[in-house]
Amino acid sequence: MKLALGPIPYFWPHDRVSAFYERVADWPVDIVYVGETVCPKRRDLKLEDWLALAERLTAAGKEVVLSTLVLLEAGSELGALERICANGRYCVEANDMAAVQLLSGHGPFVAGPHINAYNGETLALLAECGARRWVLPVELSGATLAALQAQRPTGMETEVLAFGRLPLAFSARCFTARAQNLPKDQCDFRCADYPGGVPMKTQEGQMLFTMNGVQLLSAAPCNLLGAVSTLEGLGVDVLRIAPEPDGTEEAVSTFRAVLGGYLDPAAAQEVLAPFAPTGWCNGYWHGAEGMAWQAC
Amino acid sequence: MKGGIELVCPAGSLPALRAAVDSGADAVYIGFQDATNARNFPGLNFDEAQAREGVGYAHAHGARVFLALNVYPQPSGWEQATRALDKAVGLGVDALIIADPGLLRYAARHHPRQRLHLSVQGSATNRHAIQFYHDHFGIRRVVLPRVLSLQQVRRVVETSPVEVEVFGYGSLCVMVEGRCILSSYVTGESPNTCGVCSPAAAVRWEETASGRQSRLNGVLIDCYAPGEAAGYPTLCKGRYQVGEHVFHAIEEPTSLNVLPVLPALLNSGVVAVKVEGRQRSPAYVTQVTRVMRAALDACQADREGFTPREEWLTALDRISEGRCHTLGALHRPWQ
Repeated sequence: MKLALGPIPYFWPHDRVSAFYERVADWPVDIVYVGETVCPKRRDLKLEDWLALAERLTAAGKEVVLSTLVLLEAGSELGALERICANGRYCVEANDMAAVQLLSGHGPFVAGPHINAYNGETLALLAECGARRWVLPVELSGATLAALQAQRPTGMETEVLAFGRLPLAFSARCFTARAQNLPKDQCDFRCADYPGGVPMKTQEGQMLFTMNGVQLLSAAPCNLLGAVSTLEGLGVDVLRIAPEPDGTEEAVSTFRAVLGGYLDPAAAQEVLAPFAPTGWCNGYWHGAEGMAWQAC
Repeated sequence: MKGGIELVCPAGSLPALRAAVDSGADAVYIGFQDATNARNFPGLNFDEAQAREGVGYAHAHGARVFLALNVYPQPSGWEQATRALDKAVGLGVDALIIADPGLLRYAARHHPRQRLHLSVQGSATNRHAIQFYHDHFGIRRVVLPRVLSLQQVRRVVETSPVEVEVFGYGSLCVMVEGRCILSSYVTGESPNTCGVCSPAAAVRWEETASGRQSRLNGVLIDCYAPGEAAGYPTLCKGRYQVGEHVFHAIEEPTSLNVLPVLPALLNSGVVAVKVEGRQRSPAYVTQVTRVMRAALDACQADREGFTPREEWLTALDRISEGRCHTLGALHRPWQ
């Protein structure tokens, strides 16, 4: 199986993004998804900047995919999407049907985790439109994945988010701005102050969600280390790791070691435990509530 | 005043359907008693005979019936979904409201003459996405997610190849519909997978020394001081701690109510205004339908001079979640 690094969900300044991908160039990942998927106001990097990063990563031997916005509202956002889809060089990850529409018939694309592909009929449709890879929607279970693998169109690759916080919801409202009593239109880019998002706890201190601008992520990162051999057996082609401010390099090298057979999943979890002080989740994989955790 | 903007009202039962039709709905929307629609609640919805009777009643009174098949079926539920779809077509409903691209593909192939509406759960917020569903499945209408400002609604209507329906009143989804899995993260069941959000079976109320607590699958959603009005523990309406503060970090318990901007909404060119709430009682449906009918008629008679009457707003607030209302994303500062 290949390893992929998902797009950075948070708002990191240009310097930080560049420094991050400078390191990624040396990491043992095969595929790197780059681009802004959450908030159209985060324009610290222009398309040209993302393309320059893509070039750098390509030179380092990575397959680069340009990822796109999930929630498209304004005309300017559609314009930006159109430019990405027409880049002519890099494969694009569609995260809204708008992108699927623009990419249909214009070469292969990736149907990202925010395209609701819940059944074989949808996979067939996406394949007809030109998708060569699809990413399992995060709330689907291992059992559903198995059924979908049996129905997947010839030549279509399957990718699964195996490690990192789960994207749970998107809104027109910016929760990070709201928490500071600011309207979205005058948000002051406060999310830049939180490179790993803002924790949301219940009133008894349970870490529940993570605010990331207009997005809510899970508090606990998902961890499918214990399912790696099953994923392999199901013919999954790519495992995705979602970037965090800390521990991403360790996650990549640990997954690489498990895939290479150098490390067993239980030992791998011990390596990564220090980066998850409040624990992990894998409930969705087991067909349960996503926040649940079953140790391997 | 029928024949203008279509008033689309919810019906979770035959009595609610009759109530909506009798109170002035131009169309009602219903669902089957199973996990094929986004209000899969115990004791709610229609079996085949009831649906047939409902369609007969509505048609006899000049109202249309839409049937929601708006979950995302997985392979294990595919047959149930397509059987339900075939059944709905056989009942002669006026439109099917579908979200799942696979199910839309099935409908377009097997029932090419059936009118299809893209459900709000289809998350189509822009013209390219709407064009996709139009090109591939011939959808005739899109129901817009509650994430667009008024100006953005206007732009979508201007550029959409199909009719546009918007929500006018009812419980407010804060998130893009079809892309919110907060509920399954905490309970294992979501609108996409099971047609439920923050399901009742997962709710637990506890009286404690510090007040009443509401929990969802064990997770504390809110605490209420003695005498404080308690609301249903929907995940996005809970009170959470962010930094040092405990507050409604996602949204307060409140209902969407577009009456204050009704003229602008109608001027934008939407063809239909929808009321949320198939889980609500016939009495609720009657009350909301009457007010919305009166408001739509008044607004269509005199768009420039329209202002919502105080008695309408009061009547709606009385039955609203949190007893108050908001314009939601239509009003830019809400965002």
